[in-house]
Parts: sequence; C-alpha cells; structure tokens
Amino acid sequence: MLKVLDTAVPVACWSCSIGHNDSTLFCPHCSKIQPPPGGDYFSVFALKPHLQLDLPALEHEFHRLSRKLHPDRFARALDNEKQWSLADTALLNDAYRTLKNPLSRTEYLLKLVGSEFDSSHEGKEEKAARTPGDLLEEVFDLNMQLEEMRQARRTGEEDAALQASLSDAKDKFTALLEAVDRDLLSEWKVWDEGDETARNASQKQLVALLDRRRYLSNLVRDVTETLGAK
Amino acid sequence: MADLNSTGRVVGIDLGTTNSLVAYMQGDAPVVIPGVDGSNLVPSVVALDPPAPGGGRPTVTVGNSARKSLIENPERVIYSVKRLMGRGLEEIQSELKMFPFRLADDVEAGEVPRIQLGELKFTPPEISAYVLRQLKRNAERFFGAPVTQAVITVPAYFNDAQRQATKDAGRMAGLEVLRLVNEPTAAALAYGLDRAKAGTIAVYDFGGGTFDISILKLRDGIFEVQSTNGDTHLGGDDIDNLLLTIALDEIHAEHGVDLRGHPGAVQALRKAAIEAKIALSSEQAAHFDIELPNGDRYQREIPRGVFELFIEPILERTAGPCKRALADAGLTPEQIDEVVLVGGSTRIPAVRQLVDDLFHLAARGKKPHTELNPDEVVALGAAVQADILAGASKSTEEMLLLDVTPLSLGIEALGGTVARIIQRNSTIPASATEHFTTGVDGQTNVAIHVVQGERELAADCRSLARFDLKGIPPMSAGLPRIEVKFLIDADGILKVTAREQRSGQAAKIEVKPTYGLTDEQVESMILDSFDHAEEDFAKRLLIEARNEAETILAAVERAPQSPAWQMLTADERAAIKSAGDQLTTIKQTDDAPAIRAATLALDQATRRFAELMMEAAVSTAIRGKTMSTAGDDLGDAVTAPHAMAPAEFK
Repeated sequence: MLKVLDTAVPVACWSCSIGHNDSTLFCPHCSKIQPPPGGDYFSVFALKPHLQLDLPALEHEFHRLSRKLHPDRFARALDNEKQWSLADTALLNDAYRTLKNPLSRTEYLLKLVGSEFDSSHEGKEEKAARTPGDLLEEVFDLNMQLEEMRQARRTGEEDAALQASLSDAKDKFTALLEAVDRDLLSEWKVWDEGDETARNASQKQLVALLDRRRYLSNLVRDVTETLGAK
Repeated sequence: MADLNSTGRVVGIDLGTTNSLVAYMQGDAPVVIPGVDGSNLVPSVVALDPPAPGGGRPTVTVGNSARKSLIENPERVIYSVKRLMGRGLEEIQSELKMFPFRLADDVEAGEVPRIQLGELKFTPPEISAYVLRQLKRNAERFFGAPVTQAVITVPAYFNDAQRQATKDAGRMAGLEVLRLVNEPTAAALAYGLDRAKAGTIAVYDFGGGTFDISILKLRDGIFEVQSTNGDTHLGGDDIDNLLLTIALDEIHAEHGVDLRGHPGAVQALRKAAIEAKIALSSEQAAHFDIELPNGDRYQREIPRGVFELFIEPILERTAGPCKRALADAGLTPEQIDEVVLVGGSTRIPAVRQLVDDLFHLAARGKKPHTELNPDEVVALGAAVQADILAGASKSTEEMLLLDVTPLSLGIEALGGTVARIIQRNSTIPASATEHFTTGVDGQTNVAIHVVQGERELAADCRSLARFDLKGIPPMSAGLPRIEVKFLIDADGILKVTAREQRSGQAAKIEVKPTYGLTDEQVESMILDSFDHAEEDFAKRLLIEARNEAETILAAVERAPQSPAWQMLTADERAAIKSAGDQLTTIKQTDDAPAIRAATLALDQATRRFAELMMEAAVSTAIRGKTMSTAGDDLGDAVTAPHAMAPAEFK
C-alpha cells in the first residue's frame, strides 16, 4: 500500500545549471538555495517515513536547517533566493510542526499511505463523531452530569457531590487516554518494523486508535473546562 | 554593481504607542540614537503647525515639539495613533471616545478611516509615517549618511491588517522595512545578546497601548517562540484614561464644571493624571492640584492603595493572556526560568506583584529581569535583529529568531463556520494548501473569505480579506480543482497564490483587504512626494555623494595591506593614489555631481586591483567587478567599507 515516495526527478540548479535530484534544499554543486523540493515531510529531514522518531535529533536538525534556510539569512539576497528561502522555510516549519507532535505525525503518515479519515480542521463539531462502543454508557452518564454542572454553575450553586463525581470521571477518562497512548506507541513499533501485511493490519489499528484518542481527549477537555469554569 | 544600495546601515525602530526610538548596532552592542534635543525617546505625537499665512501646506512637527501643542492646540495634534492602525471604521468608534481626535466627515464604510487634523486629513499609517520619518532623520543626522532600510517592531498580537498598516507607514516614510519583529521577541533578543544560555523565558510586555506575553525557548543562539498572546488595546493609556475619567467626574460633581467640552483643559488634566501615575510608582501618594476655568481648584490626594484598587481590573486583563500562553506552550509557571519585563507600565509596583504571582517568582527565589531600560529594550532588540539581517557581524551571526503567528488563520466555510488552516502559535513562515471547486456549471469565479481569530464562527473572527479567484476555465460544477496556497511570511503577513490544477492555469486572484490601503493609495501617500523640498533634495544628494566617497576612500586606504596590491604596476598604484587625492580634495566642496564624478574615476582606477583581489579570494575570476563591489573582502566585517550607495531618486 505504501506509495513509492521517491519521486525525485533530476532538475538543473538555477545558478550553476548542473543537474541534481529534486529532493535537495541546496545545490550539491554550488550550495545555492533551491526551490522547495518535492517529496514528503520526512524527506525534508532525510528521514524514512517512520512513526518512532528521535525527537531531540529532529529538533537539532530543525535548528540546523533553520539557520541555513530562514529568510533572515536572505534579507539581502537576490529576489528569487528570497522567495525560495521563504517557501523552503515554510515547508521546513510545516514539516517540523507535523512531525514533532506524535498525533499529527501519525495522521500525516497514515494519509501518506492512503488512509482516509477525518482529521482536518479542528472544531467542536467533530466531537459528534462516533462514540466508541465500549464507552457508550459512561459517556451518556458523563454528558448528563456535565449538563447538570453547567446548569448549577449558571444558577450559582455548588454541588460538591457532583463535583467529586465529575472529578472521578475526569481521572477515569484520563487513564483511558493514557492507555490509548501506550497502545499507539506499541502500534508504532509494529508499523515501523513490520512487513507489508503487518503494516496493512497496523494501519487499520492506528486509524481506530487515533479516532478513539481524539474522542477521549475532547471529552477530557470538556470535563476539565466545566470543572475549571468559575 | 547589482544591489549596492543594500549594504547601508539597517536600523531598528520601536514604533511605540507613546514613544518611538531608533537604535543601531555599534560594534557588538545595540545603542539608541538620540534626537537633536539629546533625548532617546521621540514621543509618538504629530502636530500640524498653524496654517501658513501664504495658504501653503502647514508644517508637520513630530515628537517633543509636537507634544507642546497638545494643550494649546489640541485639535491640531494626534497621539497614540498606534491604537488605530489597521482598524476599520466601526472598530475605532469606541477607541475614539477616549481620545480628542475627530474622524474626517467624509469617511465611508469600508475605507481606511481618516483623522481630521486641523484643516487636513490623515490615515493612521500616514501619521505613523511622520514619526518614522523623524526617526529616520535622527539616524541620518547621527550617521551623516542616508538610512533606507529598517526593522520595525510591532506588538506580537498584531493581526495581519495592523502589520500591513505598519509596513505601509514605513514605505510612506521612505524606509524599506526588511522585517517586522514582535516586540516581546525583540526584547528577548536584547536580553539574550550577552548571555549565551539555554532556558525558557517569558516576556511580559505592558506598554503604552498594547499588552503582549511571549514564551520563548533559548538554545544555542536560537530564539524559538513557543506561544504568544495579548491584547492590542490594553496599556498605560487605559490607566491614564481611567484616572482622567475619575477626575473629570469628580470635577463635574464637586465644582459643577464639565471640562469635557474644553479639549485644552482635558489635555492639561490628562498630563496631571500621567504625572500622578508615574509618581505612584515610587511614592506612596500623588496629588492633583489643578486650577479650573472658574477659578476653583481641584485638589485630590490619591494614595497608592486607592490607585491600585482603581487599576486592578485593567491589570487583571493581562492575566488571562499569560495563562493562555502558558497553556498553549504546554508549560506550568514553574517551568519558566526567567521573566523579562518590558514597557513603561511594568514600572508600576502592582504590575510587578501580578507578574510575581502569575509566574510564582518570589516563591522560587527569582526576580523578573529589569536590567535594561523597559522603554528602550525593544528598540535595542530591533537593532540586534537589524544586525542579524544585515548579516555582516560576528556578534549576531549565531543568532536566529523563530517567531510564531499569534492568531489562527481560517476560511469561511458553508454555514458561516471557520475551517482553520493555520493554527495560532505556528512557527512562521507557515503555509497551508487548500483545494476549492465550483458549485455551478460554467462558473469562472470562486470567492474565498479569509479570517483571523480563534472563534468558531467567521462573523466572530476578524475578516482579513476576500479573495476572488478569477479566470477559471468553464467546466461542469465540481470539476475544477483550484489549489490555493496560503503562506504567512516572516513578518506575519499573509500571501496567497492559486492555480487551477486541471488546466494548469494560474488563477487570477483579486484581493480585497477588508481593512487597509491599496498599493496605489500607499504610493500616493509617500511623504516625500509632496513635501520633499528642492533644497532638501540637494542636501541629501550631497550627503550621499560624500558617503560614497568616504566608503571608497576608506577601502583604498586599506588596499596596500592586500597581497593584490603588490601585483599592481607602479603606474597603476600611482593612478589610484592620484585619483584618491583628487577625491579627497573635491569631497570638501558642496558640489555633489563633481564628488560623484571623482568617486567614479577612483572606482575605475581601482578596477584591476579589485579584479586581482577577487581572483585571490575566489579561484574563478569575476569580470567587471570594481572596488566598490569587492569592498566587502577588504577588511574585517565591522570596519569593512560600505559599497557605494547610489542615490535612487525618481
């Protein structure tokens, strides 16, 4: 299922005219900055598309590339170099932002290998998405309590029992969230190290885990907000 | 001789609500450039002199001299214009209630508001341009050379329109704005310069009219902003206005005099309020003692405790942004290693107490940083960033600022909801690509409404611009695939490009900024276009010619130290010396064209020398270079000559 990611095609450097492959930020011959290369976010950091990443190394590489690419380094360069510095740095920043966060990294890789799921545009509505079957009952209870709590807040009442019960629910769902995170970690390993069959299975697992995680994290956020509101 | 203009000095400018400053990098330390009066601060006040007797355009004054007119001629003075930058007509109504300015009568909805100043009308960027031009002139006087490039600071929480308005003001003042830098980040740069440390710092910037909080991670010279938050309409002005309102109400109640109809008296009272506020930072009480028009005296003592009660709601408004910034950075107060205080309002003890509480400082045995003058630190940081951009200095070559966009960028979707495409606190430059299609067969236009803000509905966010994608090849509905790339540049300003992917056609984009001036409008407002007197022009020409001459003479003076010098023939050396002597003599005269001719002659005489030097420097011979372009290789960076700065007058 994994698409061939090596889409590098030889192109010529705008400055020295020597051909190079398209995945480079700087011309290997004359070192001049090049237009944004094709390829995915992983290739910006010369990484294989893997889910387990060495984050300190990623940050180090981000800083190293920033020093070379950032528009501040091209304030007095030629106009085209300025343009490419801007575009390359935007690509670098987009790539770093996506890869450093474990969830966006997982979503990104899943999309890269062709998984379709709804991850775009963060908004409140997405909570309405499917409730995981094993949680239906608890979520129903929780929503009732949340509504009660908001109602109480509006009328200025303090219901200690309700508060305690919501606190417990928060702990419980937070624990579930942590469990999902552990599952994700082990699934990363499966994906990274597995063959194609293992990956296909893992991919479905990962999509399901991400959906569950998004659902739980919205829930925990709502409880925290309701508890914290004054 | 490609881009010789680009090697002049780059200055750093803090265009403040109350005061503005210009600074530059002197060696490895930033310093503020004083004005003619010796003062580092130029009050951001612009006044129109009384109408000229001949009926000509009245003179505009800026700074301390303009401030003097505040009480005598309040209707010809404007201050705190930063609060109006990049804002729409309906947005500034409440703002204007606090100030004595009047909108021009003929401003229409959708236009950039114009303020009536005496018999003339100005947009906020034009007013700011006058302040910027004053700073530019101060710097030019100081260097004895033209200054055409600058870094200007803006509040971190400024939106796209406010940033664009600031850039427009720079252009009107004859400055190429190389970068807009966020004020708190600039302050961090100024503090970070002499301490190569790693850690997480919070910059609490409470100025005259704006409040910002930024959280940065420092490592190996990289200043990486983690999150930023703020309020672009919260500052010392609000405290002044609160004290003023209290005083006006008390005077009305106790003495039966309503001063609100007397702009001069209001300004006198405002001045007293500001003085009381300042005094209360060091004294336990301040006194009002004002003579009223009816001969009564308004006398009032304000103990510090009462003052602190008054201003508590204002100060409390800074707490929310601080908490949100911490949450967005995923940090607790204990994880903040250092707090830096910026802006005049941080001199207020109650503000320091609030900061201490927010970041648990005293409890951890820490104190906020106040070593650098809070009025100057932003300008100093701007000078550091200017030096980074100029790229010629050892002291800043390891430094790099990675800033973020303060507000999420979104597109209005069906039903008026917002589809967020770039999240707030994303490192800039940042980009997002979206695809659009048509809803009707044969449709050739698609409209996109871009908004900035965190709310769920487009109507609650700030409208940024409406893009009209035109020239889409007529196809069945849903078939065209228009790829639109949104890119927030390093100044925090949005750029958009679009392409129809099926036909490969670049779609034409027509941008209607919701707030802001068009390019043509900015062009017509360039200050020099109407008041650059002929005499002024000649003076500048002379300054520039002398500057060029000195640059090349300095380079020639150092030439014998170069190995390339030994490769010249005796005749060639004599020719250089003779041309140099001639230029040294002519430079003393006021004849700009003659100085230029002599400079050119010297440049020609050194052509072979420059070539030899270039050959020595790089193995490939670069033809056609002359002394001026080879100049950068002549000496060490700090004293290296500037290449010729040709005057570009149209």
